[in-house]
Amino acid sequence: MFVAGIDMGIQTIKIVVLKDGAVAGRAKAHSGFEPTKAAEQALAEALKTAGATRADVALVFATGSGMEMAPDANGTVSMMGADAKAGVHLYPDARTIIDVGAEEARAVRCDERGIMMDFVVNERCAAGAGTFIEAMARALEVKLEDMGPLSLKAERASPINASCVIFGESDVVTLIHRQESKPEIARAVFDAMADRVSSMVHRLGVNPQVVLVGGVAKDVGFVESLKRKLGTNVLIPEYPEYAGALGAALIAQGKAKGAKPQ
Amino acid sequence: MTEPQKEYWRWEEYHRVLSEGNWKNKDLITAGVDVGSVGSKATIMIDGEVYSWAVRRTGSNSPDSAQKVFDWALENTGLKPGDIKYTVGTGYGRVNVPMANKAITEIACHAKGANYIWGPSVRTILDVGGQDIKAIHCDETGRVTSFLMNDKCAAGTGRGMEVFADLLKIPIEDIGKASLNVEEEPPPVSCTCVAFAKTEAIGLLRKGWTKEKVLAAYTRAMAVRMANLVNRVGLEKEFVITGGQSKNVGIVSRVETILGVKTLPSPNWREGGLDPMLAGAIGAASLAKSLYLKSKGT
Repeated sequence: MFVAGIDMGIQTIKIVVLKDGAVAGRAKAHSGFEPTKAAEQALAEALKTAGATRADVALVFATGSGMEMAPDANGTVSMMGADAKAGVHLYPDARTIIDVGAEEARAVRCDERGIMMDFVVNERCAAGAGTFIEAMARALEVKLEDMGPLSLKAERASPINASCVIFGESDVVTLIHRQESKPEIARAVFDAMADRVSSMVHRLGVNPQVVLVGGVAKDVGFVESLKRKLGTNVLIPEYPEYAGALGAALIAQGKAKGAKPQ
Repeated sequence: MTEPQKEYWRWEEYHRVLSEGNWKNKDLITAGVDVGSVGSKATIMIDGEVYSWAVRRTGSNSPDSAQKVFDWALENTGLKPGDIKYTVGTGYGRVNVPMANKAITEIACHAKGANYIWGPSVRTILDVGGQDIKAIHCDETGRVTSFLMNDKCAAGTGRGMEVFADLLKIPIEDIGKASLNVEEEPPPVSCTCVAFAKTEAIGLLRKGWTKEKVLAAYTRAMAVRMANLVNRVGLEKEFVITGGQSKNVGIVSRVETILGVKTLPSPNWREGGLDPMLAGAIGAASLAKSLYLKSKGT
């Protein structure tokens, strides 16, 4: 049986296709100006990898901030619900799932079934989300993907304004004028962001194990800073950016099973 | 050769000496230096009356910015730094004002300065600076009775406005007027975060909105934010707006509409009147006089 999950993110659309509960296809696309079209194409691509056609798919569930724009989905799943489901599926002992995406960060507390119990969201403010790193990389004139490795070379941290992207940019410029090295500034950026995310997690309570998902989980600089701030290890799956889509697909699978017993 | 990029966010720096001021035979000359995150202001007072001032952008070094604006305020006055009996530093960089005898928070200075500029009837002050917005409540002597502040977020601040001036390529002095140049007030932008509002604005421009309409939507959202802060501190007449954004007619008129109250008219700074941006520095120089007299036991 095939099911699919579509995560309609603000910046990137992610698709996961499951065949009998195992991942059979993945695809992503830039959301751009026509997210529905982009999602259709990505879904076709993921189905191709999985060796299935749209007609073979029992259920498609959508999640993500643009979930209502997903192409013919059978249902929707909250982002927090999808994170919890995917986190516990990947790591059965996971109880805290942190999801840091382009424009939003979330922390979810869940039970052993992957059911969300509580959550904290940072929304409507760019500090604490991927956008912050992007803006700071621009100010530093460093490529986004180089920010993480660069920050690991820092010998110490110089504090910057963690609370606002606009002020953070000014702070980075001040540090450049003060001739702080780029690695140290990069480290300061990640520390600032990790500070914000960890304070969010602390409001929820840090329940081991802690899993980090979302596109920003691929940034080694952020991961290192977050581990330091949380004072605990953080587990990261192989495809952290697909966690939302995976969670939606898993929930679709549960529903499909319930609908037609096998 | 490429043309140097125009910096739309750059606002006017200037200094002024009031001709009617005469410091000879007067012995109490004080100064107030307000080092803000975006602008530095200095005021020289003779016996508690404003004599000269200077306004310039704050550089990356606070002590240096304080020194430069202080020196500029003294220019063409005939005064030497040694003639100044007492100097108070205020603003975000107040602890880094080298010539200051004392540092006082900008909240106290703004209330005192507003009391000087507009008189004892002022009760509520909205100070919109480069880096934060404050709603201040004061008594008839210009003493602070309560205040609320929004910091750590660029929404509504002068810095946020500079970002929009640059994005829309409209000189900062003109954005207030430009934001009023719409047939109908559009709904406010949904994001208050300046970083997200910028993305939203780009989307609106692509949709075919005029720059003025986008600016109106942004200014509206910021004015709502400011009005909320004022309402939370408690609006009591008379009401005034200080800080750099007091020069933004788009902000002032919208805040007035939302709150349903007019601000006391500001002196025309372009025609020699006191600049509402100077409230902090004037308050500092005024408090400097009291502190000097107190130190002399009078």
